[in-house]
Amino acid sequence: MSLLDGSALAALPAHAQLLLAHGDVPTGGARTGVLLAAIGLGAFHGLNPGMGWLFATSFGLQERNRAAIVRSMLPIAVGHELSVLPVAVATAVFASQATRAVVVGVLAVLLVGFGTYLLLRRRHFRWVGMRLSARQLAWWSFLMSTATGAGLMLAPFIAGGSGGDHVLEHALSGSLWTAVLAAIVHGLSMLVVATTVALAVYSIFGLRILRTAWVNMDRIWAIAFIGAGVFVWLG
Amino acid sequence: MTTWKPDPTFYPSPGLAMEGPTEDLAYVASFWRDEGEPQKDALAVVDVDPASDRYGSVVGWCEMPNVGDELHHHGWNACSSALCPNNPHPHVERRYLLMMGLRSSRIHFVDVKSDPRNPTIAKIIEPEDYKKASGYSRPHTAHCGPEGIYVTNLGTAEGDEGPGGIALLDHDTFQVKGQWEKDRGSQYLAYDFWWHLNRDVMVTSEWGTPSMIENGVNPELLLANKYGHKIHFFDLRTRKHLQEVDLGAQHQMALELRPSHDPNKEYGFLGVVISTEDLSGSIWCWYKDGDEFKARKIFTVPAEPADPDLLPPALKPFGAVPPLITDIDLSVDDKFLYVSCFGTGEAIQLDVTDPFNPVKTGSLRCGGIVSKAAHPSQPDEPLAGAPQMVEISRDGKRVYWTNSLYGAWDDQFYPDGVGAWMIKADIDTENGGMSLDERFFPHGADFRGNRVHQTHLGGGDASSDSYCFS
Repeated sequence: MSLLDGSALAALPAHAQLLLAHGDVPTGGARTGVLLAAIGLGAFHGLNPGMGWLFATSFGLQERNRAAIVRSMLPIAVGHELSVLPVAVATAVFASQATRAVVVGVLAVLLVGFGTYLLLRRRHFRWVGMRLSARQLAWWSFLMSTATGAGLMLAPFIAGGSGGDHVLEHALSGSLWTAVLAAIVHGLSMLVVATTVALAVYSIFGLRILRTAWVNMDRIWAIAFIGAGVFVWLG
Repeated sequence: MTTWKPDPTFYPSPGLAMEGPTEDLAYVASFWRDEGEPQKDALAVVDVDPASDRYGSVVGWCEMPNVGDELHHHGWNACSSALCPNNPHPHVERRYLLMMGLRSSRIHFVDVKSDPRNPTIAKIIEPEDYKKASGYSRPHTAHCGPEGIYVTNLGTAEGDEGPGGIALLDHDTFQVKGQWEKDRGSQYLAYDFWWHLNRDVMVTSEWGTPSMIENGVNPELLLANKYGHKIHFFDLRTRKHLQEVDLGAQHQMALELRPSHDPNKEYGFLGVVISTEDLSGSIWCWYKDGDEFKARKIFTVPAEPADPDLLPPALKPFGAVPPLITDIDLSVDDKFLYVSCFGTGEAIQLDVTDPFNPVKTGSLRCGGIVSKAAHPSQPDEPLAGAPQMVEISRDGKRVYWTNSLYGAWDDQFYPDGVGAWMIKADIDTENGGMSLDERFFPHGADFRGNRVHQTHLGGGDASSDSYCFS
């Protein structure tokens, strides 16, 4: 089994089309695309051992019960959501108020820049402490998600689905709603996938799987950022 | 640079570590001690693969560039703790051994992965840089953990006194990040440390400041009970002192700390070198009682009466050989504790399945101040030194010992020379029991006249890794 299902990479070309789509408010098709992308990225985050499920599994192993896994996944998902939601909203606001050329330029630079930074930096996220309250767990998840730019990857989809330089108020309300919806759907997808994987490793696969199936998702994620930036620019 | 797949020598749990492959190389710190021509300290690579033609011999060397570092303990840049879920970074490599000069305060990062039999020095932190950045000197033990590499030190940056404590090094850049403690409380003396990762607890122990040890054990200080006799508990997250446990002033030199490998347990073992009441050595178990840590003496090794004529000057007045418990090591399954008696030459195996009620399941002798017991492969050759630094294979089936304690202290207890030897025993992991391997006895000139101290096994061993899963 591989922990990488390719959802993030497979989703990449889609948003290039989304960016080309025009309209005052997100069309039904565009909105569906945004939501699908949000689900896919959420699933990718859910699969990544470093973003929550492994922590939840460890609580299950410490307390020797599955309930501890589910109980700890909730604050982890909340922390993730709190990291993603503001970025999604900010993107929608920005995309509705700037010209398309500016949006494309800024996004492409941000994505390529952040991806390059992730790829080249020698230090990784650090956190000391295993005994955490629910609030601390949410804070951990928020920091982990923010450090890896979890919300930023949603930006090209949300920007692509927003209205661009048309009737401002109308476009803003529509794209804001889409952004909020996308962030929530993303968080739910992350929660469902992470909980499922945490339970599966706890009950079926065992920790042994970490030794073989844990591909370097951080590096894949960094490369995906650069790819997304390039697509935005070319799209 | 990170890798695509996790380092294969990282194990999520002690149980999985025990399933890992058998070690084929051992890395042994060797140092020169003022005998004959000046010679460089070196990392010796010993072949421990029984199927190999060169089994039991030194097959590689990595010399340190300076003279007089006194290599002592060493540690890995990264280990199984990289899989811990709060801070996972499994795509770094277990590649470098930190070879620390206990006298010089120089730290060498030795690459043992590029060519495991011919390790090379990748980076050196010079003493002045290390002292300036860490605030400490005389680095002793290193462990790989959540914030990077933690190193205990016996002294402060300037002079030969305390407080000793822990420095933090970045495991990616090898930069010294500084002093670890934010509030050291009553802790002043330093020696060993380790932790209960899942409980956010660090444990530290006490030996003495550099002035108390570098010229040999000071009998006046010892009889005045001035050496360390406490262990300290810190919050690993806030870096603040939580509690001290005083064993009683007569229990001099609280050295090696061996916490349970199972992260769901919260106890560990401590070796005390000598009691000034009766010269015995003792093993203690620390444990949690409610919110408080406590420690209980669980095993005592008495001194052995001896003819004063056979004793070195320091021991003649006592007419006995103290056991001198200078190292202990706990098997990865937390079942057997190995106890080294540097005075009597005895190596003891205790079944500590019930930590408060250990059962002695094995004993062997090599060297010893009076016994001078020979190795079975060379029964006519009396040995100096004793089983001292002890290392256990991941699966618990093989145990290795080297025979030097610390240059200046070797000279006091073995004034006619301590020599250099390494031995190995095969272990009955079911019922207990140890039997010396007659095929394994690198000694003397095999180590080029250097003395031998800590061993680490390729891919990790019982004293190198900590785990977050059970």
